[in-house]
This record gives sequence, structure tokens and C-alpha cells, in this order.
Amino acid sequence: MNSPSTTVIPSAATTETPFKRFVRNFFEDRIAVIGLVTLLSIIVLALLAPFITPQNPYDLANVDLMDSRLAPGSETMDGYVAWLGTDGAGRDLYSAILYGLRISLVVGVLSGIIAATVGMSIGLIAAYAGGKVESVIMRIVDLQLSLPAILVALVLVAALGKGVDKIIFALIVVQWAYYARTVRGSALVERNKEYVEAAKSLGLSKTRIVFRHILPNCLAPIIVVLTVQTAHAISLEATLSFLGVGLPQTEPSLGVLISNGFQYMLSGRYWISFFPGLALLLTIVSINLVGDRIRDVLNPRLEK
Amino acid sequence: MDVLTVENLATHFMTRAGVIKAVDGVSFNVAQGEVLGLVGESGSGKSVTGYSIMGLVDPPGEIVSGSIRISGREVVGLPEEEMQKLRGKEVAMIFQDPMMTLNPVLRIDTQMVEAILAHEKVSRKAALARAKQALEKVGIPAASERLTSYPHQFSGGMRQRVAIAIALLNSPKLIIADEPTTALDVTIQSQILAEIQQLCSETGTALIWITHDLTVVAGLAHRIAVMYAGRIVELGNVDDVLDNPIHPYTRGLLGSLPSNAEHGQPLEQIPGSTPSLGRLPPGCAFSPRCRHAAEICREKVPENQSFPGDRQARCHFPLIYKASEPLSQDA
Repeated sequence: MNSPSTTVIPSAATTETPFKRFVRNFFEDRIAVIGLVTLLSIIVLALLAPFITPQNPYDLANVDLMDSRLAPGSETMDGYVAWLGTDGAGRDLYSAILYGLRISLVVGVLSGIIAATVGMSIGLIAAYAGGKVESVIMRIVDLQLSLPAILVALVLVAALGKGVDKIIFALIVVQWAYYARTVRGSALVERNKEYVEAAKSLGLSKTRIVFRHILPNCLAPIIVVLTVQTAHAISLEATLSFLGVGLPQTEPSLGVLISNGFQYMLSGRYWISFFPGLALLLTIVSINLVGDRIRDVLNPRLEK
Repeated sequence: MDVLTVENLATHFMTRAGVIKAVDGVSFNVAQGEVLGLVGESGSGKSVTGYSIMGLVDPPGEIVSGSIRISGREVVGLPEEEMQKLRGKEVAMIFQDPMMTLNPVLRIDTQMVEAILAHEKVSRKAALARAKQALEKVGIPAASERLTSYPHQFSGGMRQRVAIAIALLNSPKLIIADEPTTALDVTIQSQILAEIQQLCSETGTALIWITHDLTVVAGLAHRIAVMYAGRIVELGNVDDVLDNPIHPYTRGLLGSLPSNAEHGQPLEQIPGSTPSLGRLPPGCAFSPRCRHAAEICREKVPENQSFPGDRQARCHFPLIYKASEPLSQDA
């Protein structure tokens, strides 16, 4: 059945989808793979927290003040060994860190995704509408980006009060402008490409062209900004909590834990700040390693 | 009936540097099944003419006057929603660079199906079947497998075939091809030319072939319109125009073709360069480069004159007819 006109020999290059090629390129860098494995382990540990920790740090009945400030490896009143020590309130740090990671990841990812959605829509509207609409939107973006993120977040959280939802809201307000600017920048380039003209010449509607043709072509830089901003959001949440305006003491995030241990640093009880700090560091570094690799892989100019 | 009638079309660009008259008083018509070659240098306004017909002139460009009728229907001043229904359905366009005209992140089937669904309410399955047919029609082997490919998996010639297939999807009455073979190498170019010619004669689709390549037009078009600085300077049957040009500019173009030159002799060339559209001379735009130019050429823009054999030209001193011979004036 192999007449010459119908035989198509699929070579590796022609059958590979862009996504497969992206994955293959990504795994060529060992450091990025280490970052990805670390990040995935952190996510799995955080997800499994209730099943693999000896204590629920949010349940005050579970926390015994008699256990406060135990050194790593000591046995607690409840009989389990606190391998990473306990904090001033008697919370097992291993449990508290895993629960804290859950909060950090949820805050980072959720605020990142919502901010990206909001920012992308606004940026696309600006790029496609042009003229006055674009000027007004982009001046608001400039204004937003000219204010220090931590300052805006501090003011908002101070006004709104404590809580995960308020932190997420504050982080969205701080972050949307990055996405809006990024999307607008690439949409401006894409808008003038010939495939958009071709799509217009086929009689496709404006909304279809913007969302089905322009947006997917702007996604590469957005994914890069999303990873970097997620890491940024996590550290911002930790900063706010460290400063005492983020999450309440009863719901310790990594920032709260670091802040709690800060006062004991000089008395030799390093573990209360050190281990949560290490967890935060690992999370942010691994996200950034993955993000850097995605940026390199998606950048056609860096292709070998 | 004429598929397209363009009368006194003027498309100007309102830039900060002043008004650029990219198209200034262009009139022509295209009959059903006819191939019109629109020839000119870069910046002569041939592409802008094409975009004007499609209603795709973006600000600061603007159709300032004239009339464009597609199948007898006036489209200048038509609201955007109405124009959108015509685009791709009545008139389709094929662009120069096949590397750029297909969306790199969407599969071919997605792009073809949405082109059909934009104009007709048919099922996805029926649309897919039609897309497959269209690919087969333009000579793409294993069409059903190729449908699920991405544009980067095609070669340049194949991509242009896909672009042609997409243009043909809704059986338009007119296709505007904006230098579609310029980016291809010569063997592929001739294949595509032959296929387009065959497809258009089979379906009765009229074709406007925009190019700067006279040899392409010679083999493909029935009629030819030569543009210079936003005006059609000569219009007529392709053989008449190429054998006996009326306008000095057309003769200059023909003289600069290597195939017409004697071996070992330097090529004839048109002295000077294309004028900036923002600063055109007051008279005939070609007068500074024309060796026949006289006083009147620098003062008065030549009117469009009709010549025997259904030809037209804008020249005060047409080459093949002496001033003593009677000329019919066409205002």
C-alpha cells in the first residue's frame, strides 16, 4: 500500500510537538532537573503534611507549651522525637514547616495565577485597543510599578487585616502590573505579524484573533514571569509575616516561624529560625532554577 | 459580470511628515475567472491597493475617496462587521511570506476549521473533511496526517500551499495574492504558479496577482496593470503591454530584464530612483526619470487615456502612438 505519493516517513523532527521538544530541552540541564526534583519533593511533602507529621501545629490542643524550644532530636511530652526541634510555643518545627510550606505555596501560586489572568487581560486590551485606552492603562501600570512592592503590600495588609485571603489580595495588587506590561510588550510585537493580518483576511472576529491567535503566542514570556513572580510572592508573604502584618501567630507560615525564632538567634537556639529559613530558601531557589531553565528553553535566541 | 470594480480609489496615510498618497486615483476591474497582474516597484502602492480591497488598511491609512465594488456591492464605508463577513468568504488573500502567515502555535486543522466556521455553521467533522479536501486539491500528500501538523513541520513551499488551501476553503470569488512566490525558490515558484492557475480556472475564481516580477506575470496573467507612485500608469492585455509598452516606465522595466538584453551588453536601466510618495513632483511622477519628458510632463499630471485594444495609459507622449494620430480622450 506504499505508493510514493502517500508515504510520509515521520522523522523525529517532524513528529515532535513543540511541547515535547520543550520538555526534552528542559531536561538537558542538570541543575534545572535538580531544581525541579527539589520543587516537586517540596510540593509532595507539603501536600502530604497531615499524614506524615506527628503534630498539627494549628490545633492548639495538640501543642504543649512544656515542649517549647527543644533542641533538634529531643523527645517531646507526647513521646515523638522533634528532629528539627520545637519553637517558642512548643510546636514541632518539622510539622510547622510542612504546614507552613502549604500556606506559602498556596499563597504564591494562587496570587500568581490570579494576577497573571488579570494582568494578561488588561495587557491584551491595552495592546489591541491602542490609543487613549492603552495610554491610560499603561500609565496606571507605570504608577503601580514605581511603588515598592513591599510598601504597597504592607499598606494593604495593614488596612485589610490578617489572613490568607487578604495576603493573596495584596499580592495580586502588587503583581498584576508585571504581567500586564509583559503581555502588552509581546502582544504589540505579535499584533503586527503577518499571521494576524492573515487571520483578519479570513474574516475571524477580533476577540478570536486576540485570544486564540495573539495570546498563545505571548505565553512563553508569561510562563517565565509567572515562575519568577511566584517565588517573589512567596518571599513577599514571608517578609510580611516576618514583619508581623501577614499571617496570625495561630497559623504559622514560614515567615512567622522565622520571625518567632529571630529573638532566640543570639542565645544559641538557631533551629527555630534556621530550618524554616532553609525551607523557604530551598523553595525559592528551586522555583527560580526551574524558571531560569524555562526562560532559556523558550528563548529562541539562546537555542544551540 | 465583473467580480471587482475599483474606481478612482485613493488611499492616503496621514503621517506626521504629511499626507502620503500611497494609492491615488486607481481604477480597474476584474472579470470572473480573470487573472490580473498588478506590477510595480516597492512602494508603488500595489499592496496598499490589495489591502484597500480587503478593507484592511490600518490607521494612519485611510480610504479617502473612490469606490470598490465586490460582485456589484459597494464596500467602501461598509461597517466593520459587514466587512468581516466578506473577508475570507467573497475575497481571500494570500500573503508573501508563508513562514509568517500561519500561526506558529496552532495546528493546521485548527486554523483551517476556524476559517470555515467563521463563515458557515457546519459541524467540526464536516469542516475537517473540507479542510482535508482543500489540502488534497493543492497537492499536499497524506493530507489527513498533515492536518494535525504544526506550521514549522512544513517546508516553505508546502506552507504556501497550505495558505492557498486556506484561501480557497470558502470558495471566494476573488483571491488577492500579494507576492506569494517571492519568498520561494524558483522551482517551487513555478509549481505553485501552475497549480494556482489551474485551481483558478477550475473554480472560476478571479485572481489579482501582486508582484514586482514581470516574468511571473507574463506566464500567468490575462491582463496587467503597471503601477508607479500610487497610480496605474498602464493597463492592458498582458501580451500587448509586454510586447508594445505604451508608457516609458513599462518599457524601462522590460528593458531592465536580463532575458531581453543582448549578451555582453550592459542592462538598460531606469535612471534615478523611486520618488518619495510624500514629495511627488507636480506633474507626471515619472517625469524626472523619463527620457521623453517635456515641459508639460513636469507641470500637468497626465490623464488616463484609452488606446485601441482595450488598453489604457497615463502619458503625455505615449510610445507607440505618435501625437499626430487621433487619440480618444478619456476623462
